[in-house]
Amino acid sequence: MNAVLTERQPPLSTLPARKAVRKSSSGFGDSIFKNITLIFALSILAIATAIAWQLFKNSALSRHAFGWSFLSKQIWDPVAENYGALPFIFGTLVSSTIALIIAVPLGVGVAIFLSELAPRNVSDACSFLIELLAAIPSVVYGLIGVFVLVPLMRVHVQPFLIRTLGFLPLFRGPAYGVGMLTAALVLAVMIVPFITTISREIFMSVPSSLKEAAMALGATHWEVVRLAVLPYSRSGIAGSVFLALGRALGETMAVTMVIGNRPEIMASLLAPGYTMAAVLANEFTEATSDLYVSTLIQIGLVLFAITIIVNAIGRLILYEMTPQAEAH
Amino acid sequence: MPGTYKHRQWVNIAAFTVTGLCALLTLSVLFFILGYVTMHGISSLSWDFFTKLPKPVGETGGGMANAIVGTFKLISLASVIGLPIGILGGIYLAEYGKGTTAGFLVRYSADIINGVPSIVMGIFAYTVVVLPMKHFSALAGGIALSIMLIPIAVRSTEEFLRLVPMAIRESALALGLPQWKVIVRVVIPTAMKGLLTGVLLDVSRVSGETAPLLFTAFGNRFWSSGWLNPISSLPVMIFTYAVSPYEDWHRQAWAAALVLLMIVLATNVGARVLMRNQVQVA
Repeated sequence: MNAVLTERQPPLSTLPARKAVRKSSSGFGDSIFKNITLIFALSILAIATAIAWQLFKNSALSRHAFGWSFLSKQIWDPVAENYGALPFIFGTLVSSTIALIIAVPLGVGVAIFLSELAPRNVSDACSFLIELLAAIPSVVYGLIGVFVLVPLMRVHVQPFLIRTLGFLPLFRGPAYGVGMLTAALVLAVMIVPFITTISREIFMSVPSSLKEAAMALGATHWEVVRLAVLPYSRSGIAGSVFLALGRALGETMAVTMVIGNRPEIMASLLAPGYTMAAVLANEFTEATSDLYVSTLIQIGLVLFAITIIVNAIGRLILYEMTPQAEAH
Repeated sequence: MPGTYKHRQWVNIAAFTVTGLCALLTLSVLFFILGYVTMHGISSLSWDFFTKLPKPVGETGGGMANAIVGTFKLISLASVIGLPIGILGGIYLAEYGKGTTAGFLVRYSADIINGVPSIVMGIFAYTVVVLPMKHFSALAGGIALSIMLIPIAVRSTEEFLRLVPMAIRESALALGLPQWKVIVRVVIPTAMKGLLTGVLLDVSRVSGETAPLLFTAFGNRFWSSGWLNPISSLPVMIFTYAVSPYEDWHRQAWAAALVLLMIVLATNVGARVLMRNQVQVA
């Protein structure tokens, strides 16, 4: 940096005294300010690298002990110190996928209503409120989940599902209340705002010429949405879905409180499961041996890797879209 | 187009009714959560809640005074560490970092950090603070939260500084001000409201975080002195009390949830009202 500074400034001795002082002081101030901001900016890069490095370094014990089979083993036995992460990876992916299946149609539906049907001020007020859903702390969702949703699922919803859809392996077994489906429901509510906010903005940025063209051909309002708005916004919705998925995968507290925390892979959605984030929240402070801690950190590393990939895909899709969408 | 005109009209009405129901459902979930927490929280709130320490396991009564103070301590520490990094980084991106490799890398890392699950932040703070110090501390919790503050601070600072018209910068430069003074005295004051909004939203988001505190700040049933001891916080208390088997703890968890919700929503709504006013003026 110093080299750049001296290169730009002529040597002090060649300039008249007053000018030299003024010029050098302002140039000096500029380079100091720029370099301070640069250092802070680069520290962000350093932090991102440090997170990856610390997770990698501190999981060494576990990586060497189990190798790649860690990702495919189903066993979780802290007493015998034999660990495999598959039930957690399975639980994370399944609960997030079901959450998306519920939240995507719901979120996009809300976005269509807000952008196409609601008057501008109603739409603004509603999206203001929906963004509040994203502001509610995860642990409060968990609290509502434990004391409202779990009893509701146990007494009404799950017995009903077992009676009517019990012929499918997905809906068999006793009604515990807690379980994969309950966790997915809570997750779905938590990620709807992400999908709605981004989709609404994209729907509103659809060129009116496209919509008018469809109307001119005699399309009804819904046909305009189906034929002009949705195809135009397809990639934007996909981007918002990936960002929402990234949130769901890493969501910890609410899931921990309602998923049942059993490290087994079950076919039934009503059975308790476990996620990567939940096992970290529950067992990290109780982990006694170095290998146990290292194993949990490796689960953190896997979770980190998965969410980075999912987020990167979402960002890439959204970067291609309008600059407004980039802000989210 | 399939179907008769009548059929298409019917589909039109049905489809939009469904979207309306989606909106109604989502909003009712919000109002249900707010209403339920308020109802259960208010009946459990008492003067003791704000002034007393938690009672030992099994005894009823007591409060969460230490957790309320702890939450504010943690948020302050996180802000002191995280916001300068985020805001100065954002200034770099907006003013110097356009199209540079450094700018791209920094923006990219901010996005990566933004996507990292909060529990993983907890592990990171555990490995860099708790492991070397060999005990849980407020410092570790504050650092975990501060990293979570950075990405949004960076991006919101960048966005709001970009909104300041080039003409304002150019006029200040034309008057002979050095660039750094233009940024500090002209650009930042112009964007001040926006920056404040970003900061408030950011702090609001982080103040409800539980996961990064579980094994960094840990928890404490007494007052925590200084920054190097384990410290209690509202989110962690809600979690601990909610999963406990005691009736009285459940009651207090609701009270704590209401207080936490008030803190989070007040900053969130305040920030967004501030922004709305600014947009109207502009």
